[in-house]
Amino acid sequence: MILQRIRFLKDKFISKLMLVFTLASVSLVFVIGIGLYYRSIPVLNKLSWFDLLTKSDWKPMKGLFGFYPFIMGTLWVTAIAIIIALPLSILTSLYLVEYAHAKIKRILIPFVNLLSGIPPVIYGVWGVLFIVPLIQEHIAPHFIEFSTGYSVLAGGIVLAIMIFPLIVSIITEVLTTIPQELKDASLSIGATKWETIKKVIIRKATPGIIAATVLAISRAFGETIAVLMVCGNNAVVPHSVFDTGYPLPALIANNYGEMMSIPLYDSALMFAALLLFIIILLFNIISRVILARLERNLTK
Amino acid sequence: MTNTPHISVQDFNVYIENQHILKNININIPNKSVTSIIGPSGCGKTTLLKSFNRLLDNTANVKIDGKVLVDGENIYDPNVEVTHIRKKMGLLSQRPYPLPMSIYDNVAYGPRIHGIRKKSELDELVELQLKATGLWNEVKDRLNASATRLSIGQQQRLCLARGLAVEPEIILGDESTSALDPVSTHIIEDLFIHLKQKYTIVLVTHILRQARRVSDYIIFVYMGKIIEFGPTEEVLLNPKEELTREYVKGFIS
Repeated sequence: MILQRIRFLKDKFISKLMLVFTLASVSLVFVIGIGLYYRSIPVLNKLSWFDLLTKSDWKPMKGLFGFYPFIMGTLWVTAIAIIIALPLSILTSLYLVEYAHAKIKRILIPFVNLLSGIPPVIYGVWGVLFIVPLIQEHIAPHFIEFSTGYSVLAGGIVLAIMIFPLIVSIITEVLTTIPQELKDASLSIGATKWETIKKVIIRKATPGIIAATVLAISRAFGETIAVLMVCGNNAVVPHSVFDTGYPLPALIANNYGEMMSIPLYDSALMFAALLLFIIILLFNIISRVILARLERNLTK
Repeated sequence: MTNTPHISVQDFNVYIENQHILKNININIPNKSVTSIIGPSGCGKTTLLKSFNRLLDNTANVKIDGKVLVDGENIYDPNVEVTHIRKKMGLLSQRPYPLPMSIYDNVAYGPRIHGIRKKSELDELVELQLKATGLWNEVKDRLNASATRLSIGQQQRLCLARGLAVEPEIILGDESTSALDPVSTHIIEDLFIHLKQKYTIVLVTHILRQARRVSDYIIFVYMGKIIEFGPTEEVLLNPKEELTREYVKGFIS
């Protein structure tokens, strides 16, 4: 009897323990959010949310903290990265799943995965040594008079290559789950392979492609070191792809721990972190809503 | 075998990953009738069926030799255009696989691919084929709803309509009723019997009762070889070969 009781108690205890651990790690999100907000209060007391988000003056010495250039820098770099990476990733995944021979697949997939294992700082160095001069000497001269090469475009390209393996691995996963019979159904009507891909496979994979994009964008928002090495880090709003930019993560990484004697500076940087946190949170929520709606439409 | 063959298979061999799956197949599939391919699991029934519309091409490590003549044209001739071959045959697979689009677009998919653009023409075709498969009255008010919302039985009839919309000559059925309930199975079987006036139908089936009900001819396949071929009643009730006798024994007794 008593032995039985102990067995059941153990069972209950273990499940409760797991619940506690799960809640603890999930609540970390709230703890971080609240912590960041708390540390941003000094700057929020001085300046309104509206001013912080829309003003472009960044003069910490004078107590002016306009985050608009940094927000725009983040958005530019991320948008460029996605625009470059998404089509490349979709085509790569389609090739790997639909066309490549088993042998080629076995060799190529580990290489793609290897790309995601390279440390960001190496991408940064590669960007400085290769992408920046490429833009300076070969791309920018076709469009504008002068560019140092350090630009949101350079950041976007480096970032695109970093998120590429992430998107490819999710989309290949999604594509392999599409049943051969569905493809056969299209082929047996006399559709070519390309027609089948365009009209059936892509459509079926759309929710998966969106999910992959969301993950990639979240990753891109937060990527710091590789981007700050090639973006130029100038607190001005970029107006073309050849302009320099200063994304939020770069701002924090470059300045936190230095010049902390300036009043409110520490608090302003915390606010930058809070902003990044909010952007990623909002973005995830919105994309989840879109995804749910899309899935509902597909099964309607 | 009074009428001329529609599909003629000659000295046909298939190897998949060095396994000899189909061995020296010679068979003439009669025109405008239902022919059932029966045999134990893994005997090569489905492989034989898929070789008729060259869906085997997509299998990895496959080697094929011999000829399959459809209307006298060798479909394994390297100069043949494969989409043109496949358009001649509608395929109905084990489970329904509606395309991820609306009911209307599923049926219009084939005609659109083959160049029909006019809305009025497409409307007509969709209605015609949905009526031919007895689905029209059930779905006419929700043609733009997603096809996945139909019941499995309805989905299978939709897939049949989708195949018929490209005006094939032949219908291939790969255990097309195995996922369906008895009522839906009956509807599909009746459709086959009805459709043989216009089409040559080849079915793979596990169910001998079904083979007897719908087919005019039966091919018995065992270990990659054709053991016996003949009119349904003869093969089932009075088989010539010992192996066939063994296989259909359960059916007779």
